[in-house]
Amino acid sequence: MRGFEYASPTTKEQAVSLLGSSDDDAMALAGGTDLLSLMKDDIVAPRRLVNLKDVAELRGIRLLPDGSLRIGALVTVQELLDNAIVKRGYASLIHAADGITSPQIRAMGTVGGDLCQRPRCWYYRAGFGLLAKDKDGAALVPEGDNRYHAILGNTGPAYFVNPSSLAPALIALGAKLHIFGSGGQVEMNLENFFAAPTSANEKEYRLKPNEIVTEIIVPSAGGWKNATYEVRQKESLDWPLAAASVALKMSGKTIESARVVLGHVAPVPWRSGEAQAYLAGKTISEQVAETAGTLAVARASAMSHNGYKIQLARVAVKRAIMKAAQGGQR
Amino acid sequence: MSDKSLLQLMVNGETIEVAFAPHKTLLEVLREDMNLIGTKHGCELGECGTCAVLIDGLPVLSCLVLGLDCESRDIMTIEGMASGPELHPLQTTFADLGAAQCGYCTPGFLLTAKELLDKNPSPARDEIREALAGNLCRCTGYIKIYEAVELAAALLRGEEAQPARESIYGSE
Repeated sequence: MRGFEYASPTTKEQAVSLLGSSDDDAMALAGGTDLLSLMKDDIVAPRRLVNLKDVAELRGIRLLPDGSLRIGALVTVQELLDNAIVKRGYASLIHAADGITSPQIRAMGTVGGDLCQRPRCWYYRAGFGLLAKDKDGAALVPEGDNRYHAILGNTGPAYFVNPSSLAPALIALGAKLHIFGSGGQVEMNLENFFAAPTSANEKEYRLKPNEIVTEIIVPSAGGWKNATYEVRQKESLDWPLAAASVALKMSGKTIESARVVLGHVAPVPWRSGEAQAYLAGKTISEQVAETAGTLAVARASAMSHNGYKIQLARVAVKRAIMKAAQGGQR
Repeated sequence: MSDKSLLQLMVNGETIEVAFAPHKTLLEVLREDMNLIGTKHGCELGECGTCAVLIDGLPVLSCLVLGLDCESRDIMTIEGMASGPELHPLQTTFADLGAAQCGYCTPGFLLTAKELLDKNPSPARDEIREALAGNLCRCTGYIKIYEAVELAAALLRGEEAQPARESIYGSE
């Protein structure tokens, strides 16, 4: 790891003033599980690290007067899992957090860090850049080792998958994000936070180098059945191959409206408009869940080695719906 | 940037002033600047768990924590697990049951298992598996490890537990 200057502010204003105009100037350090790995591999080399762990206002989970849940960006994944309010109403978040292995990573990693972790794409991690190009500018992924790459939204130039475990669940629950920068606080829908990069100097999310994520606001999930289902190669430390989070607004036995978000299949958490439109007005059954899964991958396309992921994503959607219907039991 | 930072670290109940290069991970500070080499250096990426230590009672990967982040935090390494000459029951049962082969993963397993037993004195086998899911043993001796954790848990509960004959001699 290269040397760097280290700052440990105690307020978000100080933190932002210590950040710079690029990642080369400075980067924010939360749990460190991703950032230190990237620094060791020399994928990023900030001149200054701004430790956020002493900024107390970024911690804590609490209910807001309107019934929504405020999760501080520095809340650890384990704190999220242990929280009684989350356990009571947000099954899909519990499922997603529970999938984040290992216990050590859950004790260290933060909710904000899960959203801002960089893709696991091995071309990116090996120094070929987020858009994974060779020295002549040709894309390496479409004909390369793309077994874990995107099956949706993969027309380029981005082919990686978004690595966040919590984002699909949070988006399906209608979460908003608070971002703090030199111009003050901005609120945005979490869904709009993510965007596939179109050029090499863009990231996969909209956070300027001198901004930090401060908190996540999740509306009350009252009346919404919700669940996450992950398809994994192994139970211990790894990211899912495909995942789906659903939130179903119920009116008796009928689905009034649905949110269906797939994870690990596209450069962004992938909202399936097709599955959502189909589910509205239906009564949950295995057949309905299966059709929703099929519709969710209707526009998927395989690259040379990742066709198997289409079936996984289809099944993830079906099983997430059935899991939600059964009350989201683990 | 080559200047060393001077920090007070609380390791195994003792506050020690340590000078180290500011970019070092806690793992490097422990091993290179404090000569606490019981904590092992594995994958460096948070995948193997052999560098696990307890910080404020929680198992964390010392390869992914900066030494600078550890000021005024309570760090426990494998060197602090025994009380003087008295081994922790987990250390005893790991030795008695042969829950170590090459031993490289053992410090991480012991500390992670200690945290489990601190919060859950009677873990089921599945809970032990879950708690140790981030610790890899490439000699693949997991069964002995689970048995050793179960036996230590019984001893810590004050039960007169003995290792099963099978877990020492194998099935006959």
